[in-house]
Amino acid sequence: MSADLHQLDLTDLAAKLAAREVSSVEATQHLLARAQQHMGLGAYLAFNEEASLAQARAADARLATGERTPLLGVPIAHKDIFVTRDFPTTAGSKMLEGYRSPFDATVVSKLASAGAVTLGKLNCDEFAMGSGNDNSAYGPAHNPWDTARVPGGSSGGSAVAVAARLAPAATGTDTGGSIRQPAAFTGITGIKPTYGRCSRYGMVAYASSLDQAGPMARSARDCAVLLSAMAGPDLDRDSTSLDRPIEDYAAALDQPWAGGTAAQPLKGLRIGLPREFFGEGCAPDVLAAIRAALSEYERLGASLVDISLPRTELSIPAYYIIAPAEASSNLSRFDGVKFGHRASQYTDLLDMYKKSRSEAFGAEVQRRIMIGTYVLSHGYYDAYYIKAQQIRRLIAQDFQAAFQQCDVIAGPVAPTVAWKIGEKTEDPVAAYLADIYTLPASLSGLPGMGVPVGFGAANMPVGLQLIGNYFQEARLLGVAHHFQCATDWHTRAPEAFQ
Amino acid sequence: MSLIQQDIGRIAHLARLELDAAHGERLLAQLNGFFDIVEQMKAVDTTGVEPLAHPAAVIDHVALRLRDDVVSEPNQREANQRSAPAVEDGLFLVPKVIE
Repeated sequence: MSADLHQLDLTDLAAKLAAREVSSVEATQHLLARAQQHMGLGAYLAFNEEASLAQARAADARLATGERTPLLGVPIAHKDIFVTRDFPTTAGSKMLEGYRSPFDATVVSKLASAGAVTLGKLNCDEFAMGSGNDNSAYGPAHNPWDTARVPGGSSGGSAVAVAARLAPAATGTDTGGSIRQPAAFTGITGIKPTYGRCSRYGMVAYASSLDQAGPMARSARDCAVLLSAMAGPDLDRDSTSLDRPIEDYAAALDQPWAGGTAAQPLKGLRIGLPREFFGEGCAPDVLAAIRAALSEYERLGASLVDISLPRTELSIPAYYIIAPAEASSNLSRFDGVKFGHRASQYTDLLDMYKKSRSEAFGAEVQRRIMIGTYVLSHGYYDAYYIKAQQIRRLIAQDFQAAFQQCDVIAGPVAPTVAWKIGEKTEDPVAAYLADIYTLPASLSGLPGMGVPVGFGAANMPVGLQLIGNYFQEARLLGVAHHFQCATDWHTRAPEAFQ
Repeated sequence: MSLIQQDIGRIAHLARLELDAAHGERLLAQLNGFFDIVEQMKAVDTTGVEPLAHPAAVIDHVALRLRDDVVSEPNQREANQRSAPAVEDGLFLVPKVIE
């Protein structure tokens, strides 16, 4: 029994736990042992077996009394950007090596009270800045479909853990695509909800007006279960948390679209295809997989509508000004005084600040701090920062115009499949350009998903991006779920990790 | 407009970073490469467009919320200072700033 526990997705594992065919302690021990076996993938950064097993025993005790909640006893893992009391938190940076948070992030504590067990902390790009997980101070994470390739980022460790069956699900965060893109690169499912839907309390801040937490798992159904537990108002602790009631995303999944039938559950659904996402910038192998998925959606009853998001290309400069500006401000807290790295040798206070920061921040983080500091500095603020924010509003308005013509928007998550580790290290701007399809929804605060829809070049996974209007997470999850009921791309696992 | 090495030094100082010469040169090239793609923003007419600092302003059209200015946390000085590089008598230690 226990030998194949890692093959179960979250829903199936939860069912076995609820039926008491397997205990949470057994599942936890099995997955911890499996994670230890595959440390070469670079998915996990930290464990605390004692804490994990204590949570598992508590879950088993609750199960024994007859309590049944969807996540009770299910082991998951957290991106190392969420602070945790029982595990170290590094945010992928040398700056926070050895740091122990005195509290748990809201997302972490919500999942814990829902009965989920924490297996450990997962690798990510330093302070979530990157799209390959190759900016982690603790080494890269490796894509299980081809370990010479990146798993995407910044939630790369989360994607690897789920794709390689080291955890049935993981938390991630998405600032400019950091859930959707690694999900696409590793053949798993992830959702970034509407900005403000999940509390940012206890998420190490990168760009506060963009950062948003979300689940990464094997299916839309599993994501729905997780998101229901993660989302919800946290009004006293996050001033950007939105005051909206908690939804049960899993309950609505199987409902057909209004006008749908059993054979064509999505009849009447209008899927908008932004022509800017289907141009020559997108690799033909990716486009082929995306078009095949869209044909499947037509078989399910949906109609495809040509739309335009005319300022798609501008989202790159707008994002890479706004996000670094916020990052330079957020990361000014790392001064070697209250927590984090302090240089061992310095002449005075200013020198201590400079040496501590330069020694402990990696190249990409320093680059973004430099960009952010510059665009916020006297004389450049209006030309860059304000201009980027004006373009941000235009991009958000373009989406509202598009949603007059369609119910959801679909296109590729990324222009190519996962690249080789090290391929973009020397050319950071090339890596920025690859974020083109995920940035528009990020800047607008819209919910978006990455859904596996096949394979492209070198047999690497391709992800379909679904974008909904504000608060339409349930719609997105349903649209992804109906696709997954009709196809099996989401069940594929790399051969060596089945 | 291109940045020059002097700008890099000035920005690094503002950012409280210390760059060696090689790093500074690399950053200069990379930042100029980045600002090449920023140039396309200039062509966009944004006259009268209100800057969007925050998506909450378009979602629900809500202003950012302020909570009451009251103490909500207990004193956790010890827990909070556990990861500090240098602490004495509950105070954070820094190099001497006043002679």
